[in-house]
Amino acid sequence: MGRTIIEKIIQSRCEGESRPGDIVWMNLDVRSARDFGGPNVVKNYQREYGEDPPDDPGKTFFTFDLCVPACSLRYADNQQVCRTFARRHGIRVFDVDEGIGSHVMIEQGLAAPGTTVVGTDSHLNILGAAGSFGQGMGDVDITFAFRTGRTWFQVPETLRVEVSGSPGSGFSAKDLTLAILRRLGTRRAALRAVEFYGEPVRRLSPAGRITLCSMVTEMAGIIGFVPECDDTAAREMEIWTGAPFRHPRADADAEYAETVKVDIEGLGPLVSEPFLPTNVRPASELRDVRIDSGFIGSCTNGRVEDFRAAARVLKGRRVKPGVMLKAVPATRRVFGEMLREGILDELFSAGAIVSNPGCGGCAEGHIGLTGKGEVQISTGNRNFEGKQGKGRNYLAGPEIVAASCVAGRIALPEEV
Amino acid sequence: MPDTSFQGRIWVLANAEGALIEDIDTDQIYHNAFLHITDIDGMGRYALGNLEGWKDFPDRARPGDILIAGRNFGAGSSRQQAVDCFKALKTGMILAPSFGAIYFRNAVNSAFPVLTGPDLKARVDRGELRSGDELAIDVRTGVSRNLTRDMSFSLTPMSEVQFGVWRAGGLFSYARNTEG
Repeated sequence: MGRTIIEKIIQSRCEGESRPGDIVWMNLDVRSARDFGGPNVVKNYQREYGEDPPDDPGKTFFTFDLCVPACSLRYADNQQVCRTFARRHGIRVFDVDEGIGSHVMIEQGLAAPGTTVVGTDSHLNILGAAGSFGQGMGDVDITFAFRTGRTWFQVPETLRVEVSGSPGSGFSAKDLTLAILRRLGTRRAALRAVEFYGEPVRRLSPAGRITLCSMVTEMAGIIGFVPECDDTAAREMEIWTGAPFRHPRADADAEYAETVKVDIEGLGPLVSEPFLPTNVRPASELRDVRIDSGFIGSCTNGRVEDFRAAARVLKGRRVKPGVMLKAVPATRRVFGEMLREGILDELFSAGAIVSNPGCGGCAEGHIGLTGKGEVQISTGNRNFEGKQGKGRNYLAGPEIVAASCVAGRIALPEEV
Repeated sequence: MPDTSFQGRIWVLANAEGALIEDIDTDQIYHNAFLHITDIDGMGRYALGNLEGWKDFPDRARPGDILIAGRNFGAGSSRQQAVDCFKALKTGMILAPSFGAIYFRNAVNSAFPVLTGPDLKARVDRGELRSGDELAIDVRTGVSRNLTRDMSFSLTPMSEVQFGVWRAGGLFSYARNTEG
Protein backbone atom coordinates (compact mmCIF):
# COMPACT_ATOMS: atom_id res chain seq x y z
CA MET A 1 0.00 0.00 0.00
CA GLY A 2 1.36 3.41 -0.97
CA ARG A 3 1.92 6.38 1.28
CA THR A 4 0.76 9.99 1.31
CA ILE A 5 3.32 12.78 1.79
CA ILE A 6 3.00 13.04 5.55
CA GLU A 7 3.22 9.26 5.85
CA LYS A 8 6.43 9.31 3.79
CA ILE A 9 8.07 12.09 5.77
CA ILE A 10 7.27 10.50 9.13
CA GLN A 11 8.33 7.07 7.89
CA SER A 12 11.70 8.53 6.85
CA ARG A 13 12.28 9.87 10.35
CA CYS A 14 11.22 6.92 12.50
CA GLU A 15 12.16 3.31 13.05
CA GLY A 16 9.91 0.46 12.04
CA GLU A 17 6.79 0.53 9.95
CA SER A 18 4.31 3.35 10.53
CA ARG A 19 0.77 3.79 9.28
CA PRO A 20 -1.97 6.37 9.96
CA GLY A 21 -3.14 6.12 13.56
CA ASP A 22 0.19 4.74 14.83
CA ILE A 23 2.10 6.77 17.38
CA VAL A 24 5.80 6.81 16.58
CA TRP A 25 9.01 8.42 17.82
CA MET A 26 10.08 10.84 15.15
CA ASN A 27 13.58 12.29 14.72
CA LEU A 28 13.61 16.05 14.30
CA ASP A 29 15.75 17.97 11.84
CA VAL A 30 15.04 21.30 13.55
CA ARG A 31 13.65 22.31 16.95
CA SER A 32 12.96 25.92 17.74
CA ALA A 33 11.38 28.28 20.24
CA ARG A 34 10.21 31.86 19.95
CA ASP A 35 10.09 34.77 22.34
CA PHE A 36 6.62 33.36 23.13
CA GLY A 37 7.05 29.95 24.77
CA GLY A 38 10.86 30.14 24.59
CA PRO A 39 11.35 31.37 28.18
CA ASN A 40 9.15 28.50 29.44
CA VAL A 41 11.28 26.08 27.44
CA VAL A 42 14.42 27.47 29.11
CA LYS A 43 12.79 27.24 32.56
CA ASN A 44 11.63 23.64 31.99
CA TYR A 45 15.00 22.71 30.54
CA GLN A 46 17.01 24.02 33.48
CA ARG A 47 14.66 22.36 35.97
CA GLU A 48 14.69 18.96 34.25
CA TYR A 49 18.17 18.81 32.71
CA GLY A 50 20.29 21.37 34.58
CA GLU A 51 23.46 22.08 32.60
CA ASP A 52 23.15 19.07 30.27
CA PRO A 53 23.71 20.08 26.65
CA PRO A 54 20.93 19.96 24.06
CA ASP A 55 20.97 16.94 21.74
CA ASP A 56 22.37 18.97 18.84
CA PRO A 57 22.83 22.75 19.26
CA GLY A 58 23.37 23.04 15.50
CA LYS A 59 19.79 21.91 14.89
CA THR A 60 18.33 24.02 17.70
CA PHE A 61 17.24 27.65 17.24
CA PHE A 62 15.53 30.57 18.87
CA THR A 63 13.53 32.89 16.65
CA PHE A 64 12.27 36.19 18.05
CA ASP A 65 9.33 37.54 16.12
CA LEU A 66 6.33 38.24 18.31
CA CYS A 67 7.35 41.50 19.96
CA VAL A 68 10.45 42.85 18.18
CA PRO A 69 12.34 44.75 19.36
CA ALA A 70 10.72 44.16 22.74
CA CYS A 71 8.04 46.77 23.40
CA SER A 72 7.35 45.59 26.96
CA LEU A 73 9.70 44.82 29.82
CA ARG A 74 8.27 41.30 30.01
CA TYR A 75 9.29 40.52 26.43
CA ALA A 76 12.68 42.20 26.89
CA ASP A 77 13.35 39.96 29.90
CA ASN A 78 12.05 36.86 28.13
CA GLN A 79 14.21 37.44 25.06
CA GLN A 80 17.27 37.96 27.24
CA VAL A 81 16.56 34.69 29.11
CA CYS A 82 16.61 32.89 25.75
CA ARG A 83 19.78 34.68 24.53
CA THR A 84 21.67 33.81 27.69
CA PHE A 85 20.66 30.15 27.46
CA ALA A 86 21.55 30.14 23.75
CA ARG A 87 25.05 31.53 24.37
CA ARG A 88 25.74 28.96 27.05
CA HIS A 89 24.81 26.07 24.77
CA GLY A 90 25.98 27.40 21.40
CA ILE A 91 22.47 27.75 19.98
CA ARG A 92 21.89 30.21 17.14
CA VAL A 93 19.40 33.00 17.75
CA PHE A 94 17.55 34.63 14.87
CA ASP A 95 17.18 37.82 16.87
CA VAL A 96 14.72 40.73 16.86
CA ASP A 97 15.99 42.05 13.51
CA GLU A 98 15.34 38.90 11.44
CA GLY A 99 11.55 38.59 11.18
CA ILE A 100 9.01 35.78 11.50
CA GLY A 101 10.74 32.57 12.56
CA SER A 102 8.83 30.22 10.25
CA HIS A 103 9.63 32.42 7.23
CA VAL A 104 13.28 32.75 8.26
CA MET A 105 13.51 28.95 8.50
CA ILE A 106 12.13 28.62 4.96
CA GLU A 107 14.49 31.32 3.58
CA GLN A 108 17.51 29.79 5.34
CA GLY A 109 16.74 26.37 3.89
CA LEU A 110 16.32 24.90 7.40
CA ALA A 111 12.75 23.87 6.58
CA ALA A 112 13.88 21.97 3.49
CA PRO A 113 11.56 19.57 1.62
CA GLY A 114 11.06 16.34 3.57
CA THR A 115 12.39 17.68 6.90
CA THR A 116 10.70 17.61 10.32
CA VAL A 117 10.59 20.85 12.32
CA VAL A 118 8.92 21.70 15.65
CA GLY A 119 8.58 24.97 17.53
CA THR A 120 6.38 27.00 19.84
CA ASP A 121 4.47 28.68 16.99
CA SER A 122 0.96 27.31 16.40
CA HIS A 123 1.30 28.34 12.76
CA LEU A 124 4.54 26.40 12.24
CA ASN A 125 2.65 24.11 9.86
CA ILE A 126 3.18 26.99 7.42
CA LEU A 127 6.40 25.10 6.59
CA GLY A 128 4.23 22.74 4.54
CA ALA A 129 4.56 25.44 1.85
CA ALA A 130 8.21 24.37 1.52
CA GLY A 131 7.42 20.64 1.71
CA SER A 132 8.60 20.45 5.32
CA PHE A 133 6.59 18.89 8.14
CA GLY A 134 6.40 21.77 10.62
CA GLN A 135 4.41 21.47 13.81
CA GLY A 136 3.65 23.86 16.64
CA MET A 137 3.75 22.37 20.14
CA GLY A 138 3.61 23.36 23.81
CA ASP A 139 6.66 24.21 25.88
CA VAL A 140 6.93 20.74 27.52
CA ASP A 141 7.15 19.09 24.11
CA ILE A 142 9.72 21.60 22.85
CA THR A 143 11.85 21.25 26.00
CA PHE A 144 11.92 17.51 25.39
CA ALA A 145 12.79 18.08 21.72
CA PHE A 146 15.70 20.39 22.63
CA ARG A 147 17.19 17.72 24.91
CA THR A 148 16.53 14.58 22.85
CA GLY A 149 16.05 15.65 19.22
CA ARG A 150 12.92 13.55 19.09
CA THR A 151 9.20 13.83 19.59
CA TRP A 152 6.32 11.38 19.54
CA PHE A 153 3.67 11.83 16.91
CA GLN A 154 0.50 10.12 15.82
CA VAL A 155 0.64 9.60 12.05
CA PRO A 156 -2.36 11.49 10.68
CA GLU A 157 -4.55 10.33 7.83
CA THR A 158 -4.65 12.56 4.77
CA LEU A 159 -7.40 14.63 3.17
CA ARG A 160 -7.05 15.23 -0.55
CA VAL A 161 -8.38 18.58 -1.79
CA GLU A 162 -8.82 19.08 -5.54
CA VAL A 163 -9.29 22.67 -6.62
CA SER A 164 -10.60 23.57 -10.08
CA GLY A 165 -12.15 26.43 -12.02
CA SER A 166 -11.15 29.86 -13.30
CA PRO A 167 -11.82 32.61 -10.77
CA GLY A 168 -13.00 36.11 -11.64
CA SER A 169 -10.70 39.14 -11.70
CA GLY A 170 -8.75 40.26 -8.64
CA PHE A 171 -8.81 36.80 -7.03
CA SER A 172 -5.66 36.46 -4.90
CA ALA A 173 -3.96 33.56 -3.08
CA LYS A 174 -5.74 34.78 0.07
CA ASP A 175 -9.10 34.53 -1.70
CA LEU A 176 -8.25 31.00 -2.83
CA THR A 177 -7.35 30.17 0.77
CA LEU A 178 -10.58 31.64 2.14
CA ALA A 179 -12.60 29.79 -0.52
CA ILE A 180 -11.04 26.49 0.56
CA LEU A 181 -11.51 27.37 4.25
CA ARG A 182 -15.19 28.12 3.61
CA ARG A 183 -15.59 24.72 1.93
CA LEU A 184 -13.66 22.68 4.52
CA GLY A 185 -14.74 24.52 7.68
CA THR A 186 -13.00 23.24 10.79
CA ARG A 187 -14.11 19.59 10.55
CA ARG A 188 -13.07 18.10 7.24
CA ALA A 189 -9.36 18.73 7.85
CA ALA A 190 -9.42 18.19 11.64
CA LEU A 191 -6.47 16.05 12.86
CA ARG A 192 -5.59 15.32 9.24
CA ALA A 193 -2.80 16.26 6.88
CA VAL A 194 -4.05 17.94 3.71
CA GLU A 195 -2.70 17.67 0.17
CA PHE A 196 -3.89 20.39 -2.22
CA TYR A 197 -4.04 19.60 -5.95
CA GLY A 198 -5.37 21.27 -9.10
CA GLU A 199 -4.22 23.99 -11.50
CA PRO A 200 -5.12 26.99 -9.28
CA VAL A 201 -2.85 25.72 -6.47
CA ARG A 202 -0.11 24.40 -8.79
CA ARG A 203 0.24 27.93 -10.16
CA LEU A 204 0.74 29.52 -6.72
CA SER A 205 4.00 31.42 -6.12
CA PRO A 206 6.00 30.60 -2.98
CA ALA A 207 4.23 33.51 -1.25
CA GLY A 208 0.84 32.11 -2.31
CA ARG A 209 1.81 28.64 -1.09
CA ILE A 210 2.67 30.19 2.27
CA THR A 211 -0.68 31.98 2.43
CA LEU A 212 -2.60 28.75 1.77
CA CYS A 213 -0.54 26.50 4.05
CA SER A 214 -0.57 28.99 6.93
CA MET A 215 -4.35 28.81 7.18
CA VAL A 216 -4.44 25.02 7.45
CA THR A 217 -4.25 25.88 11.16
CA GLU A 218 -7.61 27.65 10.86
CA MET A 219 -8.95 24.57 9.04
CA ALA A 220 -7.92 22.60 12.21
CA GLY A 221 -5.54 20.52 10.06
CA ILE A 222 -2.17 19.13 11.12
CA ILE A 223 -0.25 20.26 8.02
CA GLY A 224 -0.98 21.21 4.40
CA PHE A 225 1.15 20.42 1.35
CA VAL A 226 1.05 21.72 -2.22
CA PRO A 227 3.00 18.92 -3.94
CA GLU A 228 2.86 20.30 -7.47
CA CYS A 229 4.59 23.52 -8.32
CA ASP A 230 5.30 25.35 -11.58
CA ASP A 231 8.90 26.10 -12.65
CA THR A 232 8.76 29.82 -11.82
CA ALA A 233 7.72 29.10 -8.24
CA ALA A 234 10.35 26.37 -7.86
CA ARG A 235 13.07 28.73 -9.13
CA GLU A 236 11.98 31.46 -6.71
CA MET A 237 12.10 29.00 -3.84
CA GLU A 238 15.61 27.97 -4.95
CA ILE A 239 16.73 31.61 -5.00
CA TRP A 240 15.50 32.00 -1.40
CA THR A 241 17.17 28.89 -0.07
CA GLY A 242 20.10 28.30 -2.43
CA ALA A 243 19.14 24.63 -2.70
CA PRO A 244 17.13 22.59 -5.21
CA PHE A 245 13.39 22.55 -4.47
CA ARG A 246 12.10 19.01 -4.81
CA HIS A 247 8.81 18.58 -3.03
CA PRO A 248 8.02 15.07 -1.72
CA ARG A 249 5.35 13.28 -3.75
CA ALA A 250 2.63 10.91 -2.61
CA ASP A 251 2.67 7.39 -4.03
CA ALA A 252 0.22 6.78 -6.87
CA ASP A 253 -1.57 4.19 -4.74
CA ALA A 254 -1.58 6.28 -1.54
CA GLU A 255 -4.80 6.03 0.43
CA TYR A 256 -6.73 9.17 1.34
CA ALA A 257 -9.30 9.43 4.12
CA GLU A 258 -11.47 11.57 1.90
CA THR A 259 -11.35 13.68 -1.27
CA VAL A 260 -13.02 17.08 -1.37
CA LYS A 261 -13.47 19.10 -4.56
CA VAL A 262 -13.44 22.89 -4.42
CA ASP A 263 -14.72 24.85 -7.40
CA ILE A 264 -13.58 28.49 -7.62
CA GLU A 265 -15.18 29.20 -11.00
CA GLY A 266 -16.06 32.89 -11.28
CA LEU A 267 -15.30 33.72 -7.63
CA GLY A 268 -14.26 37.25 -6.70
CA PRO A 269 -12.39 38.59 -3.65
CA LEU A 270 -13.49 37.23 -0.27
CA VAL A 271 -13.47 38.55 3.30
CA SER A 272 -13.82 36.79 6.68
CA GLU A 273 -16.08 38.58 9.12
CA PRO A 274 -15.37 38.68 12.85
CA PHE A 275 -15.00 36.58 14.95
CA LEU A 276 -14.31 33.39 13.01
CA PRO A 277 -12.00 32.88 10.00
CA THR A 278 -14.63 30.54 8.54
CA ASN A 279 -17.19 33.41 8.33
CA VAL A 280 -16.27 33.94 4.67
CA ARG A 281 -18.35 36.25 2.45
CA PRO A 282 -17.84 37.95 -0.92
CA ALA A 283 -16.08 41.30 -0.37
CA SER A 284 -18.70 42.91 -2.61
CA GLU A 285 -21.40 42.17 -0.02
CA LEU A 286 -19.53 44.00 2.75
CA ARG A 287 -19.03 47.36 1.05
CA ASP A 288 -20.94 49.29 3.69
CA VAL A 289 -18.56 48.21 6.49
CA ARG A 290 -16.65 51.31 7.60
CA ILE A 291 -13.05 50.71 8.75
CA ASP A 292 -10.66 52.57 11.03
CA SER A 293 -7.46 50.76 10.22
CA GLY A 294 -5.76 48.26 7.96
CA PHE A 295 -2.91 45.81 8.49
CA ILE A 296 -0.77 44.20 5.78
CA GLY A 297 1.68 41.54 6.91
CA SER A 298 1.73 38.47 9.22
CA CYS A 299 2.98 34.96 8.51
CA THR A 300 0.04 34.62 6.08
CA ASN A 301 0.56 37.66 3.82
CA GLY A 302 3.91 39.25 4.64
CA ARG A 303 5.98 38.53 1.49
CA VAL A 304 7.20 41.15 -1.01
CA GLU A 305 4.56 40.00 -3.49
CA ASP A 306 1.84 40.96 -0.98
CA PHE A 307 3.27 44.47 -0.54
CA ARG A 308 3.78 44.78 -4.30
CA ALA A 309 0.08 44.03 -4.78
CA ALA A 310 -0.89 46.59 -2.14
CA ALA A 311 1.46 49.20 -3.65
CA ARG A 312 -0.17 48.72 -7.07
CA VAL A 313 -3.52 49.67 -5.56
CA LEU A 314 -2.08 52.57 -3.54
CA LYS A 315 0.06 54.09 -6.34
CA GLY A 316 -0.97 57.71 -6.84
CA ARG A 317 -3.57 57.45 -4.06
CA ARG A 318 -3.68 58.32 -0.39
CA VAL A 319 -4.97 56.46 2.63
CA LYS A 320 -8.15 58.24 3.68
CA PRO A 321 -7.58 60.85 6.43
CA GLY A 322 -8.43 59.31 9.80
CA VAL A 323 -7.63 55.80 8.59
CA MET A 324 -4.38 54.11 9.60
CA LEU A 325 -2.62 51.58 7.36
CA LYS A 326 0.09 49.48 9.01
CA ALA A 327 2.55 47.41 6.95
CA VAL A 328 4.93 44.86 8.48
CA PRO A 329 7.25 42.81 6.24
CA ALA A 330 7.61 39.17 7.30
CA THR A 331 11.43 39.16 7.24
CA ARG A 332 14.52 41.27 6.81
CA ARG A 333 14.89 39.82 3.33
CA VAL A 334 11.39 41.05 2.41
CA PHE A 335 12.19 44.48 3.86
CA GLY A 336 15.29 44.66 1.61
CA GLU A 337 13.25 43.66 -1.45
CA MET A 338 10.67 46.36 -0.66
CA LEU A 339 13.45 48.92 -0.28
CA ARG A 340 15.13 48.06 -3.56
CA GLU A 341 11.91 47.82 -5.58
CA GLY A 342 10.67 51.21 -4.40
CA ILE A 343 7.70 49.68 -2.57
CA LEU A 344 8.66 51.37 0.70
CA ASP A 345 8.51 54.71 -1.10
CA GLU A 346 5.10 53.94 -2.58
CA LEU A 347 3.65 52.82 0.75
CA PHE A 348 5.16 55.84 2.51
CA SER A 349 3.83 58.24 -0.10
CA ALA A 350 0.36 56.75 0.24
CA GLY A 351 0.44 57.47 3.97
CA ALA A 352 1.13 53.98 5.35
CA ILE A 353 3.14 53.22 8.48
CA VAL A 354 5.91 50.73 7.62
CA SER A 355 7.75 48.98 10.44
CA ASN A 356 10.69 46.65 10.85
CA PRO A 357 9.96 42.96 10.13
CA GLY A 358 8.19 40.56 12.50
CA CYS A 359 4.73 39.24 13.32
CA GLY A 360 3.44 42.73 14.04
CA GLY A 361 -0.28 42.30 14.30
CA CYS A 362 -1.07 39.35 16.57
CA ALA A 363 -0.94 39.10 20.36
CA GLU A 364 1.27 41.97 21.58
CA GLY A 365 2.91 42.67 18.26
CA HIS A 366 5.10 45.73 17.90
CA ILE A 367 2.95 47.58 15.33
CA GLY A 368 0.18 48.18 17.86
CA LEU A 369 -3.23 46.74 18.72
CA THR A 370 -6.82 47.69 17.99
CA GLY A 371 -8.89 49.50 20.61
CA LYS A 372 -12.45 48.78 21.70
CA GLY A 373 -14.85 49.73 18.93
CA GLU A 374 -12.10 49.93 16.28
CA VAL A 375 -12.75 48.12 13.01
CA GLN A 376 -9.68 46.76 11.26
CA ILE A 377 -9.23 44.93 7.98
CA SER A 378 -6.16 42.68 8.06
CA THR A 379 -4.25 40.22 5.90
CA GLY A 380 -3.71 38.03 9.01
CA ASN A 381 -5.08 34.57 9.61
CA ARG A 382 -7.22 34.86 12.75
CA ASN A 383 -10.02 37.23 13.67
CA PHE A 384 -10.99 35.69 17.00
CA GLU A 385 -12.22 38.12 19.63
CA GLY A 386 -9.20 39.64 21.36
CA LYS A 387 -6.65 38.28 18.90
CA GLN A 388 -5.40 41.68 17.71
CA GLY A 389 -6.65 43.89 20.50
CA LYS A 390 -10.25 44.66 21.39
CA GLY A 391 -11.44 45.72 17.96
CA ARG A 392 -13.39 43.87 15.29
CA ASN A 393 -11.11 42.31 12.72
CA TYR A 394 -11.93 41.41 9.09
CA LEU A 395 -9.57 39.18 7.10
CA ALA A 396 -8.78 39.76 3.42
CA GLY A 397 -6.00 39.82 0.83
CA PRO A 398 -3.57 42.78 0.51
CA GLU A 399 -5.33 44.42 -2.46
CA ILE A 400 -8.63 44.56 -0.57
CA VAL A 401 -6.94 45.91 2.56
CA ALA A 402 -5.17 48.63 0.53
CA ALA A 403 -8.34 49.62 -1.35
CA SER A 404 -10.35 49.66 1.88
CA CYS A 405 -7.85 52.02 3.52
CA VAL A 406 -8.23 54.44 0.60
CA ALA A 407 -12.03 54.24 0.69
CA GLY A 408 -12.44 54.16 4.48
CA ARG A 409 -14.74 51.16 4.08
CA ILE A 410 -14.39 47.65 2.70
CA ALA A 411 -13.75 48.20 -0.99
CA LEU A 412 -12.54 46.45 -4.14
CA PRO A 413 -9.46 47.87 -5.95
CA GLU A 414 -11.53 48.92 -8.98
CA GLU A 415 -13.66 51.20 -6.77
CA VAL A 416 -10.82 53.50 -5.70
CA MET B 1 4.56 -3.35 35.64
CA PRO B 2 1.82 -1.10 36.97
CA ASP B 3 -1.74 -2.27 37.10
CA THR B 4 -3.21 -1.43 33.71
CA SER B 5 -6.83 -1.94 34.71
CA PHE B 6 -9.08 0.90 35.72
CA GLN B 7 -12.47 0.66 37.33
CA GLY B 8 -14.78 3.58 37.89
CA ARG B 9 -18.14 5.17 37.64
CA ILE B 10 -18.86 7.01 34.40
CA TRP B 11 -20.11 10.47 33.61
CA VAL B 12 -21.48 10.81 30.10
CA LEU B 13 -20.88 14.43 29.07
CA ALA B 14 -24.25 14.83 27.40
CA ASN B 15 -26.51 17.81 26.73
CA ALA B 16 -30.12 18.19 27.92
CA GLU B 17 -31.26 15.89 25.05
CA GLY B 18 -28.89 13.14 26.15
CA ALA B 19 -26.50 13.47 23.19
CA LEU B 20 -22.72 13.57 23.71
CA ILE B 21 -21.50 17.16 23.61
CA GLU B 22 -18.99 17.63 20.77
CA ASP B 23 -16.18 20.19 20.33
CA ILE B 24 -15.88 21.02 24.04
CA ASP B 25 -13.05 23.56 23.97
CA THR B 26 -10.41 24.25 26.58
CA ASP B 27 -12.14 27.45 27.64
CA GLN B 28 -15.24 25.43 28.58
CA ILE B 29 -13.08 22.88 30.39
CA TYR B 30 -10.99 25.42 32.25
CA HIS B 31 -11.88 29.08 31.87
CA ASN B 32 -9.12 31.57 31.07
CA ALA B 33 -10.12 33.62 34.13
CA PHE B 34 -8.29 31.05 36.28
CA LEU B 35 -5.10 30.66 34.24
CA HIS B 36 -3.12 32.52 36.91
CA ILE B 37 -3.50 29.55 39.31
CA THR B 38 -0.23 27.62 39.31
CA ASP B 39 -0.91 25.05 42.04
CA ILE B 40 -2.51 21.96 40.46
CA ASP B 41 -4.55 21.15 43.56
CA GLY B 42 -6.26 24.52 43.25
CA MET B 43 -7.47 23.81 39.71
CA GLY B 44 -9.92 20.96 40.40
CA ARG B 45 -12.80 23.16 41.49
CA TYR B 46 -12.89 24.87 38.08
CA ALA B 47 -13.06 21.68 35.96
CA LEU B 48 -15.88 21.99 33.39
CA GLY B 49 -16.72 25.27 35.14
CA ASN B 50 -17.66 26.96 31.88
CA LEU B 51 -19.67 24.09 30.34
CA GLU B 52 -23.43 24.62 30.47
CA GLY B 53 -25.12 21.96 32.61
CA TRP B 54 -21.86 20.67 34.12
CA LYS B 55 -20.69 23.51 36.34
CA ASP B 56 -21.27 21.47 39.52
CA PHE B 57 -19.13 18.59 38.24
CA PRO B 58 -16.26 19.17 40.72
CA ASP B 59 -18.70 18.83 43.64
CA ARG B 60 -20.16 15.58 42.33
CA ALA B 61 -17.01 13.91 40.99
CA ARG B 62 -15.23 11.18 42.93
CA PRO B 63 -11.64 10.03 42.49
CA GLY B 64 -11.42 7.37 39.81
CA ASP B 65 -14.48 8.54 37.87
CA ILE B 66 -14.36 8.08 34.12
CA LEU B 67 -15.57 10.82 31.74
CA ILE B 68 -17.04 10.04 28.33
CA ALA B 69 -17.04 13.04 25.99
CA GLY B 70 -18.04 13.78 22.39
CA ARG B 71 -15.67 14.13 19.44
CA ASN B 72 -12.88 16.74 19.45
CA PHE B 73 -12.75 17.02 23.23
CA GLY B 74 -10.26 19.71 24.26
CA ALA B 75 -10.34 21.73 21.05
CA GLY B 76 -8.75 25.16 21.01
CA SER B 77 -5.90 26.55 23.06
CA SER B 78 -2.85 24.67 24.27
CA ARG B 79 -3.44 25.30 27.99
CA GLN B 80 -2.17 22.48 30.18
CA GLN B 81 -4.65 23.46 32.94
CA ALA B 82 -7.47 21.84 30.95
CA VAL B 83 -5.77 18.50 31.68
CA ASP B 84 -4.43 19.34 35.14
CA CYS B 85 -7.88 20.23 36.53
CA PHE B 86 -8.93 16.58 36.07
CA LYS B 87 -5.70 15.33 37.60
CA ALA B 88 -6.48 17.54 40.60
CA LEU B 89 -9.88 15.82 40.97
CA LYS B 90 -8.10 12.45 40.61
CA THR B 91 -10.37 11.67 37.67
CA GLY B 92 -9.48 8.20 36.36
CA MET B 93 -9.51 8.84 32.65
CA ILE B 94 -11.35 10.46 29.76
CA LEU B 95 -12.80 8.54 26.82
CA ALA B 96 -13.91 10.21 23.58
CA PRO B 97 -14.29 9.42 19.87
CA SER B 98 -11.45 11.95 19.30
CA PHE B 99 -9.50 14.65 21.11
CA GLY B 100 -8.06 18.01 20.04
CA ALA B 101 -4.50 17.31 18.82
CA ILE B 102 -2.69 19.47 21.38
CA TYR B 103 -5.02 18.39 24.23
CA PHE B 104 -4.21 14.76 23.52
CA ARG B 105 -0.46 15.51 23.54
CA ASN B 106 -0.74 17.45 26.80
CA ALA B 107 -2.66 14.60 28.46
CA VAL B 108 -0.18 11.97 27.31
CA ASN B 109 2.83 14.09 28.33
CA SER B 110 1.46 14.53 31.85
CA ALA B 111 0.56 10.83 32.21
CA PHE B 112 -3.18 11.40 32.33
CA PRO B 113 -4.98 8.49 30.59
CA VAL B 114 -7.04 9.44 27.55
CA LEU B 115 -8.42 6.75 25.26
CA THR B 116 -10.36 6.91 22.02
CA GLY B 117 -13.22 4.65 21.03
CA PRO B 118 -14.72 5.07 17.57
CA ASP B 119 -18.09 3.57 18.54
CA LEU B 120 -18.53 5.40 21.86
CA LYS B 121 -21.15 7.71 20.39
CA ALA B 122 -23.20 4.83 19.03
CA ARG B 123 -23.04 3.02 22.38
CA VAL B 124 -24.15 6.15 24.24
CA ASP B 125 -26.96 6.68 21.71
CA ARG B 126 -28.11 3.07 22.24
CA GLY B 127 -28.12 3.53 26.00
CA GLU B 128 -25.30 1.03 26.54
CA LEU B 129 -23.23 3.60 28.43
CA ARG B 130 -25.06 5.77 30.94
CA SER B 131 -23.92 8.10 33.70
CA GLY B 132 -23.49 6.12 36.89
CA ASP B 133 -22.62 2.81 35.18
CA GLU B 134 -19.52 1.06 36.51
CA LEU B 135 -16.82 0.36 33.88
CA ALA B 136 -13.69 -1.78 33.94
CA ILE B 137 -11.06 -0.84 31.35
CA ASP B 138 -7.63 -2.22 30.56
CA VAL B 139 -5.63 0.62 29.02
CA ARG B 140 -3.06 -1.77 27.55
CA THR B 141 -5.50 -3.95 25.62
CA GLY B 142 -8.53 -1.67 25.31
CA VAL B 143 -10.73 -4.51 26.58
CA SER B 144 -13.60 -2.88 28.44
CA ARG B 145 -16.65 -4.03 30.27
CA ASN B 146 -19.76 -2.26 31.49
CA LEU B 147 -20.19 -4.09 34.80
CA THR B 148 -23.59 -2.50 35.45
CA ARG B 149 -25.08 -3.77 32.17
CA ASP B 150 -22.87 -6.81 31.78
CA MET B 151 -21.72 -5.81 28.27
CA SER B 152 -18.23 -5.90 26.77
CA PHE B 153 -16.78 -3.46 24.28
CA SER B 154 -13.37 -2.37 23.11
CA LEU B 155 -11.49 0.89 23.08
CA THR B 156 -8.37 1.75 21.10
CA PRO B 157 -5.60 0.63 23.46
CA MET B 158 -2.76 2.93 24.47
CA SER B 159 0.06 2.98 21.94
CA GLU B 160 3.56 1.91 23.02
CA VAL B 161 4.56 5.54 23.42
CA GLN B 162 1.51 6.65 25.36
CA PHE B 163 1.82 3.58 27.57
CA GLY B 164 5.54 4.20 28.16
CA VAL B 165 5.03 7.85 29.10
CA TRP B 166 2.06 6.98 31.30
CA ARG B 167 3.98 4.21 33.07
CA ALA B 168 6.95 6.54 33.68
CA GLY B 169 4.67 9.20 35.14
CA GLY B 170 5.21 11.83 32.45
CA LEU B 171 7.33 12.83 29.49
CA PHE B 172 10.33 14.12 31.46
CA SER B 173 10.56 11.03 33.69
CA TYR B 174 10.12 8.90 30.60
CA ALA B 175 12.99 10.76 28.95
CA ARG B 176 15.24 10.24 31.97
CA ASN B 177 14.50 6.52 31.95
CA THR B 178 15.10 6.03 28.25
CA GLU B 179 18.14 8.34 27.99
CA GLY B 180 19.78 6.26 30.70
